[in-house]
Amino acid sequence: MRSFRAKLSLLVALSVARGLLVPLVAQQLPPVVVASKPFGESFLLAEMFAQLLESRDINVIRKPGLGATEVAFSALRSNAIDVYPEYIGTGLIAILKDSVIKNPAAAFAHVSTRFEQQFGARWLPPLGFENTYAIAVRPEVASRFHLRTLSDLARESARLSAGLTSDFIGRPDGLAGLSKAYGLRFRDVKPLAPALKYQALAQGGVDVIDGYSTDGLLAKYNLVTLEDDQHFFPPYDAAALVSPRIAKERPDVVAALTLLSGRLDVAHMREWNRRIEVDQESIANVAKDALAFTLGTVAVGAPRSGESGTRINVARIARLTREHLTLVALALIAAAFIGIPLGLALERTPRLSEATLGVFAAIETIPSIALLAFMIPLFGVGTLPALVALFLYAIYPIARSTYAGVHNADHDAVQSAAALGATPAQQLRWVRLPLAAPVIMSGVRTAAVITVGAATLAAFIGAGGLGEPIVEGLALADSKLVLTGAIPAALLALAVDGVLALVERRVRPAHQRRRTQTGAAD
Amino acid sequence: MPIPLAARDLHHRFGDITALDDVTLEVSAGTSVALVGQSGSGKTTLLRAFNRMIDVQHGAVMVDGVDVTALDPTLLRRRLGYVQQRGGLLPHWTVADNVGLVLRASGVTASKRASAINDALILTGLEPAKFGARFPHELSGGQQQRVALARALAAKPEAILLDEPFGALDAITRAEVQEAFLTVRRELGVTSLFVTHDLAEAARMADEIVVMRNGRIEQRGTIHELRSSPATDYVRNLLARAVSAAQELVR
Repeated sequence: MRSFRAKLSLLVALSVARGLLVPLVAQQLPPVVVASKPFGESFLLAEMFAQLLESRDINVIRKPGLGATEVAFSALRSNAIDVYPEYIGTGLIAILKDSVIKNPAAAFAHVSTRFEQQFGARWLPPLGFENTYAIAVRPEVASRFHLRTLSDLARESARLSAGLTSDFIGRPDGLAGLSKAYGLRFRDVKPLAPALKYQALAQGGVDVIDGYSTDGLLAKYNLVTLEDDQHFFPPYDAAALVSPRIAKERPDVVAALTLLSGRLDVAHMREWNRRIEVDQESIANVAKDALAFTLGTVAVGAPRSGESGTRINVARIARLTREHLTLVALALIAAAFIGIPLGLALERTPRLSEATLGVFAAIETIPSIALLAFMIPLFGVGTLPALVALFLYAIYPIARSTYAGVHNADHDAVQSAAALGATPAQQLRWVRLPLAAPVIMSGVRTAAVITVGAATLAAFIGAGGLGEPIVEGLALADSKLVLTGAIPAALLALAVDGVLALVERRVRPAHQRRRTQTGAAD
Repeated sequence: MPIPLAARDLHHRFGDITALDDVTLEVSAGTSVALVGQSGSGKTTLLRAFNRMIDVQHGAVMVDGVDVTALDPTLLRRRLGYVQQRGGLLPHWTVADNVGLVLRASGVTASKRASAINDALILTGLEPAKFGARFPHELSGGQQQRVALARALAAKPEAILLDEPFGALDAITRAEVQEAFLTVRRELGVTSLFVTHDLAEAARMADEIVVMRNGRIEQRGTIHELRSSPATDYVRNLLARAVSAAQELVR
């Protein structure tokens, strides 16, 4: 009787479990990673892609604001990200390093064939608008120097100073190519952050900038864009660029994203960009409006993202703080696991120690952003390369302090323990490590604070964390948004340091903890 | 059981410096021998050859008739007590834990260690209830050296090596700790080899004195033998200096 009942309830449980599991298993396709480059329009288009996919019940991970073209594309070709908005001219010149093709249709055909063959990545049909470079000047400068075209600009360039994004200065379809095509020679060239260049131009700090034709700020500052009369720039039609994996395995994703092909126009893009860049509206809200306008609310449905609404919201900061802490904790734990034994080993081999510690000290001097960039060809983008970079930063202070702490631990005590027959392991466990513990912990604290700081830069390679609003805020000239990342990061550094200070006190050797209990008596 | 110690034809160099030059020495079971000489005379090197803190480059070191190179250094050291000049107590361990170090290293359980620790503390003149739970920095220098002595004795060593055990103490404290050591010697009869640069201390504490200079043994004998027939000028001068220092003290 009893066993029958047991069997029955087991059967019921099994069928319920199956009923629950089957739809779950059907949904177990890996999420689609939607990324962008760090400027307003790229953020907006990526958010539109993400919301569109979510409305089709496709799981999405957002990685906004990846470093620049090289970072985003190398991530895409290795399937570390799945889709990001890109421009045909960029694909043609900056990635394929081909020469300019003037006709947009021919350029698209060429680029999509070459990408398919060379990388397996796929360009979806263009979205319908072009965002070309808009070399812009203030209206009074245009009238004083009679500037209408880039050829006019070349004539006067020796008297003008330019403020250009470092992306534009570096790429072949940027300053170098433009200078050659028109014979430009500016009085001087200042590298400027994308969001700052308009302000710099408006205030007269520079005379010429590289804008984008869809920038909302062109209109705000009433700027004059100069005509590319020699047709130097290739067509910069925007399109969704998808990874080899998605192109091959996810026709549903391709179909959903293709809904946007040919549906966006310059006038509306400029309007939406302005809402983001000038009015500081939340990207999620503008993307929602843009999708509803383009495809109709019925077609899109409500986005599922719980974090839409204002740009600055507590749920997002909490999530980013968690991500940030996870990055720091994992990197730190790994560094302690390697760094402490490494420090101990080096203390035993004095001849190797200075050289080895020197190598790690050298790593310490590599600028964070450069170290992160080195990681991309090795580990792609996302959490892993960021972890490796942070680990490399954290290991030096830990190994160095372990080495120093153990090396300088009370010599007489170590000697006498050895001479009385304590094994090397016992000497380590009983004498050297306990006496070195506070010094080791101070190294861990240093490493932790360094890591909390460096982790803000991990957003450039898609690892998320509190750097995300910083990157976004810098790209959008939204200092409040920058602070929503920077202030929690600073507080986190203080908190982590404080917690580890408590740990440091706990690991202090026993005699230092109760120093004043009994006075020395003779 | 006390054991004999012996060294035969020892030679040892640290780079260009000769630490031991043809040193041969026998210490009979249960006797106390002092190694006297200036710094650099080789006395500490000779002492450390017995517990293999130094492995000599040439010659044979014998503990209880066995060549030490045939013995595991860790196990050998647990059989030989060791006291060094500045105690070398573990600063983060209590007095009782310090005294139990050798037993703990050998795997003796805490409950079995307790009585041995008590005995050793009492033997060296430290009241276990009063001092057991203190940390070394809460003790005076003399008390610390007594703890170091107790630690060297707690595991019932077969011989004990002492490297200037009273060197860092003021005169009055030194006399007290010396007295404690003599008591221990009388009680245990353990073979003792100790290093000092103070001839008067050697005369007081040791059955025989070995005078070393530049890595060689100048002379070996009781204080009376050294005084009545010094083998070299060096020994004669050493004795003369010690006597005049004593007279200085009296005057």
